Amino acid sequence: MTSPAYEIKDLSIVLDGQTIVKELSFSLEAGQSMAIIGPNGAGKSTLLKAMLRLIPIASGSIQLFGKALQRYDHKYLARAAAYVPQSAAVNLPFTVGEFVLMGRYAYLSAFSNFTALDYEAAEKAMVQADVLSLSERSLFSLSGGERQKVYLAAAIAQEPRVLLLDEATAFLDYKHQVDILNLTESLQRETRLSVVAVTHDLNQRILHYNRVLALKQGQIVYWGAPEGLLDTALLEDIYETPFRFLEDPQWGGIHIVPQGSVHEEP
Amino acid sequence: MKSHKTILILGVCALCVLMASPFIGVTPLSLEGILSPCGDSVSSLVFWRIRVPRTLTAFLAGGGLALGGMAFQALFRNPLATPFTLGVSGGAAFGAALYIRLGLVFALLGISGMTWFAFAGAALITLVVYGLTRSRGGFATPVLLLAGVALSFFLSSMILALQYSASLHDSFQLVRWLMGGLGMVGYNAVFTLLPLVLSAALILALLIQELNLLALGEELAMSRGLNASYIRKLIFFVVSMLVGGIVSVCGPIGFVGMMAPHICRLLVGPDHRRLFPAAFLFGGMFLTLCDVPARVLFAPAEIPVGVITAMIGGPFFLYLLFRRDARHLFQ
Repeated sequence: MTSPAYEIKDLSIVLDGQTIVKELSFSLEAGQSMAIIGPNGAGKSTLLKAMLRLIPIASGSIQLFGKALQRYDHKYLARAAAYVPQSAAVNLPFTVGEFVLMGRYAYLSAFSNFTALDYEAAEKAMVQADVLSLSERSLFSLSGGERQKVYLAAAIAQEPRVLLLDEATAFLDYKHQVDILNLTESLQRETRLSVVAVTHDLNQRILHYNRVLALKQGQIVYWGAPEGLLDTALLEDIYETPFRFLEDPQWGGIHIVPQGSVHEEP
Repeated sequence: MKSHKTILILGVCALCVLMASPFIGVTPLSLEGILSPCGDSVSSLVFWRIRVPRTLTAFLAGGGLALGGMAFQALFRNPLATPFTLGVSGGAAFGAALYIRLGLVFALLGISGMTWFAFAGAALITLVVYGLTRSRGGFATPVLLLAGVALSFFLSSMILALQYSASLHDSFQLVRWLMGGLGMVGYNAVFTLLPLVLSAALILALLIQELNLLALGEELAMSRGLNASYIRKLIFFVVSMLVGGIVSVCGPIGFVGMMAPHICRLLVGPDHRRLFPAAFLFGGMFLTLCDVPARVLFAPAEIPVGVITAMIGGPFFLYLLFRRDARHLFQ
């Protein structure tokens, strides 16, 4: 029996004296994917950062593949879990190639340089994320979508067992959204990569995830299969606005639409 | 690779500057004096006992200051954040000034008491800067730079107080030293600086990948596997040691640590694998070059080299501050 990717028990996170996440428990099987949804300020990104040990936790426990998160060595943690941050327009002066190669830091022994193996892994990651042609470009010359794919490539070069994405597709055009979703889904299928994604968009293949965690004011409102979200009362409880479902006549899928949106019929 | 060529060119230029600098000066030199390193003619003494060690000291100090600046710029992700602008040099200066004022004379482990005092001052201010940034939960750059300014003001008034209370002789010695100069050096300075600069350079050279990761920002660096808090402390320690040592020998020479790495970043890019050698060579060359007008311009009087670097560095700082894309410096 393999241990779950994440096993979180009674997790609370306090930042600047404010409780952001409160007594939260769930566990994610290895190779599965989960989406974290919820309104602004619900604690989604905070939870994700705590799962990467980027911020301290106040109480409770986080286990990653059966081992307490605090007990991981820095580099071993990076080999287990990789982070794709929100694509802010950060002023990073590196080229794409240099940046992706830095994803291999976790495999670097002390005082040594990158080996051919690292260059190979970086190149493979760039091919997978379709950014190899950009490798000589500098990061700040890229569009938001390209940059996000480069961030993803760097995380893939890290060869993690879990990939954690913080609204990786926010503010991107449709093509880049689709590219990134396709890539993470195929990685999950083919390499049994576990995926944890914070997302705002309920229509972004939310039904493709194995699990959905809905947060509101730092507490779990829903945890389970994504189909369970198709419940207007639940969604209204989470987002404090009424929803309805539209069936797609062509594909048969279901769209989740807030009732106040422009598509509203008179 | 274009940038490898640039580093090679920098290396050749640095070598030329190193070779040429001892030949420039007010005292005319005879060929035989230059050819007899141990001779006791005026030419030989001026060349081998004054100008050669002075050139070496300038090069080591310049290279060391450039590396310290480079490390701080990576750490704070801001070209304006250097040991000088954050008050670390001021701390070292205060330590050394205190040593002069107290009239102490001692050495420990072969290192002079003044160096120890300067190092202690640098380390103390580094701790203060570190504490300030940590207490705010991160490196908020405008706050940090203003704190650096405040610290520098505070330290310079403390130094003024020391000076005011000192005898005329001590006071003059203090002022002269504070302006930053390479005037009173001999081989002693070289032998103080050499092990210090070399060991600091060696440690920083081993941290090249870590410096690169720090430039990505704390969260991304940590998620790549960097033990950020340990590395940050190590760099703080090494740089305050380095700057303390250089300041104790040469006085607080400003702006080399800001300009050299920044210009090199434009020349060879931000990757520290290339930036490291480029910054060292450029910094060494720059300070050696600044020292030439310092000793020739108003001969037989000398201008302290710190005045020259500040005259170039002040406007450069303003240029960084006011150029069009400067806004990211304060994000």
